[in-house]
Amino acid sequence: MKFLAYLRSIASRFFRRSRLEGDMEEELRSHILHRADDLVASGLDRAEALRRARIEFGGHERFKEECHEAIGGSFMETLISDVRYSLRLLRKSPGFMIAAILTLALGIGANAVVFSVMNAFLLRPLNVPQAESLFAVWRASSNSAYESYPDYLDLRERNHSFDDLTAFNVAEVSLDSGANPARAWAFEASGNYFDELRLQPFLGRFFHAADEHGANSAPYIVLSHSYWHTRFQDDRSVVGRIVQVNKHPYTILGVSPPGFHGTLVFFNPDFYVPIVNMEQVEGVNNLNTRKVRGVFMVMGHLKPGISPAQATADLKPIGSYFEKTYPQEDGNMDFSLARPGLYGDYLGGPIKAFLGGLMILAMLILLAACANLGSLFAARASDRAREVALRLALGANRVRILRQLFTEALLIALMGGVVGVLGSIVLLRALSAWRPFPRVPLHVIVAPDSTVYLVALLLTLASGFLFGAVPVRQILRTSPYEVVKSASARIVGRRVTVRELLLVGQIAICAVLVTSSMVAVRGLLRSFHSDFGFEIQNAMLADTDLSMGGYKGDRVPAMQKRMIEALEAVSGVESVGLTDQPPLGVAQNNTMAFTDRATDLRSGKEAADSYMYNVSPEYFRAAGTALLFGRSFTWHDDKNAPAVAVVNQQFARKLFGSVAEAIGGYYKVKDGTRIRVIGIVEDGKYANLAEDLQPAMFLPILQSPATQSWLVVRSSRPPAQLGPAIRNALRGLDAALPFSVSTWEQELDLAFFASRIATGSLGVMGVMGALLAITGIFGMAAYSVSKRLRELGIRMALGAQRREVLGAALERALKLLAFGSIAGLLLGALASRVLAFIVYQASSRDPLVLSGVVLVMALLGLIATWIPAQRALSIDPLRLLREE
Amino acid sequence: MTDQAQLLPGTLDLLILKAVSLGPLHGYGVLLRIGQISGRALLVEQGALYPALFRLVRQGLLEASWGTSENNRRAKFYELTSTGRKRLREETDGWNRLVSAIASALAARPEEV
Repeated sequence: MKFLAYLRSIASRFFRRSRLEGDMEEELRSHILHRADDLVASGLDRAEALRRARIEFGGHERFKEECHEAIGGSFMETLISDVRYSLRLLRKSPGFMIAAILTLALGIGANAVVFSVMNAFLLRPLNVPQAESLFAVWRASSNSAYESYPDYLDLRERNHSFDDLTAFNVAEVSLDSGANPARAWAFEASGNYFDELRLQPFLGRFFHAADEHGANSAPYIVLSHSYWHTRFQDDRSVVGRIVQVNKHPYTILGVSPPGFHGTLVFFNPDFYVPIVNMEQVEGVNNLNTRKVRGVFMVMGHLKPGISPAQATADLKPIGSYFEKTYPQEDGNMDFSLARPGLYGDYLGGPIKAFLGGLMILAMLILLAACANLGSLFAARASDRAREVALRLALGANRVRILRQLFTEALLIALMGGVVGVLGSIVLLRALSAWRPFPRVPLHVIVAPDSTVYLVALLLTLASGFLFGAVPVRQILRTSPYEVVKSASARIVGRRVTVRELLLVGQIAICAVLVTSSMVAVRGLLRSFHSDFGFEIQNAMLADTDLSMGGYKGDRVPAMQKRMIEALEAVSGVESVGLTDQPPLGVAQNNTMAFTDRATDLRSGKEAADSYMYNVSPEYFRAAGTALLFGRSFTWHDDKNAPAVAVVNQQFARKLFGSVAEAIGGYYKVKDGTRIRVIGIVEDGKYANLAEDLQPAMFLPILQSPATQSWLVVRSSRPPAQLGPAIRNALRGLDAALPFSVSTWEQELDLAFFASRIATGSLGVMGVMGALLAITGIFGMAAYSVSKRLRELGIRMALGAQRREVLGAALERALKLLAFGSIAGLLLGALASRVLAFIVYQASSRDPLVLSGVVLVMALLGLIATWIPAQRALSIDPLRLLREE
Repeated sequence: MTDQAQLLPGTLDLLILKAVSLGPLHGYGVLLRIGQISGRALLVEQGALYPALFRLVRQGLLEASWGTSENNRRAKFYELTSTGRKRLREETDGWNRLVSAIASALAARPEEV
């Protein structure tokens, strides 16, 4: 309603203005008539007297303008008249208007998208009340937040700076709400989780600290709002219903509020379950041991008035208490604070760096767009030099003319900004709905908020002023007499104009974008074909967690053996292996390895922190990991046989000095067990693609059992046939056990996620940069051809060849293109060094990339100058000369 | 024309107020009155008068109404409001203080310093 009233007031001003205008006009006319009367009285004739009176009065229009200003409130009126005038002008050149709006929309849209993502991940804290005082306890010594459950309880008891501490862990479970077991992701949370986060349930109630009475004492779950929506169709009667979690009955207590997606920004759990029920949910009970750091994160609100530094200082004595009291388990404890949402700096650091870099690129795009628009405006201003000169001659002041030009620029900017923001909203919607991995609830929920709109508006206005300012000098220097005298204002003699500089800068920016996107794409392509230490082609993975089916103790390896045998029987299958975690998967297990001579088995004294896999005898063959020396396991390497391991080359080098010494050698693990190395396999990638050589050990599943079971099935049958066959074979063993089946390549999506995202966004930026370069060069070339039509026509009439005409018309544009490209290529090569941190194997010295960039830029030049060149060639000198 | 003095900035408003204080005037009349009371010594650019008149009206110092002039033409007449009268008094005092201060400053001789 307010807006309507505002519109009405503007409208009324309009009408008032026209009345006022008449009033003012009449008054000035009356003055001139009175003066003329006096002049007539002094002896002049009427016509001459009127003429003299007008001359004496001075600049009629100027004084009228000044009168308007004197009346005040004229800012709005001037603005409206400028807007109307600008709109009228723009309507006359729709091509210019559309090109300008789209150019700016690209720039603003790119910035809005990147800024929204940055806003969602970095600037806005977790969606819980008073998130600014929420901190996780970070173990600096291991650069993680993992704690053992007893350590968590001690931390909660002994600290003085948190009002309370809550803990949570991530687990994948099977949830059956009546004959439909499906996998789901849960946060196992301490009883005080929701209370510490100061949340209220959307439906029903939460669980509380008072519900915990020891292991498996709280069979309750709280559904997340989105899971309640998708799995239970918003059914309000679910509260109080009993469902099966890993075949144990659990009561649904309530539903969490819609805006709350757990305490990790990316990872949205399906439901929450008390951590005291760990044994039923995870299949193991780590509540009483300090050996296993099974709690994902410990966090809480700082007490009012406590600073993070004070809290860190307060945690120090607790760390030394741990070291002193539990030297075996808790050697080397050093605490600090971290933000929980992005898992401290572990994820937050790279994400910050990446988004920061992306923001810079987006700004560059906007800058390129502004340069583009600036040269468009400058061209327009020189075309309008006659009009401007005429207005100056009629007494308009320059400020007024500049103001009109800025109004026009801002108008274009605003329209471009609106289009850009609308486009970015569409894009962000798609991004929010996107689930990159069907198996894992990773979400990128990005909804633009008022901050985003404000930033977009500011950027829009700033760029409007930026490109609007380009023709200012030109206008200020316009001399009415010169322009009116000669047919058109042509600034001759200047070697390089502002417009050309702008174009070079813009092409350089574009070349930077093209270079970095090509480096990234090339790096990604190369990393697909690099050596992972296993063969991803012709392999499928089937995975489950036997604890979801209620398997325990000796039933676990027995079932695993049956699964392997069942899959080996599937036709076309060459080999089947089993591991508790695939390398480059969601999570990796680590363990410390000590030399055989070591007596001090505390953390910090280990010879290596090694990845650990529990595998079946056939695993190496199925995974395609080359066994270099020694032997693999057999089914006889069981609990009664001596402990054995297969290690990789890096492990052998780290613990034994060389591969040769490792075979038959012994090493120790934390609990003191001596393990004999019976085989050596090739090195590989384990946690991420960019890592250096890492030590890894493989233990037989019969000696080191685990309920997580990933079956690696090697077969050359197409996945579309093999997948259902695998599923059938496994369903025949236990219909209630939920399985996921996928190719190994699909499973690796997670490992490639970061570089895929980086490559994708850089690719988009590159395409945008290319588009801007095309329009920029096109505008320049088209303008120079149209300005020189006459000259070119004369040259042709005098017998110039096509090649010479083309040279004359486009030489300048192509030279600028070459300059800009070279500058951009050099800058891009520098920028790509930064990329190497994110994209595995990204290298800017790649000759293929360098020649690719040159090719792309040449192609862009060709596309952009094609139409102007055609126009130059189709000049008919006779017609042209006749027209002038 | 050559012996006419340029107006000091800011003095046009004061002159207009003074001219109108002697009786309602239309725009051209204000111009003539200023010429008359200044002994034709002050030059006012004709067009520049109007922005000043509009400004004074907006500040509430003058009031305008349409009427008929002595030449039997339609014209807009300006009159002083009470705030205008007050402002004229203040500005006149201020001006006199300024003039006498400057005059005594300019009259200073070396022996008086």
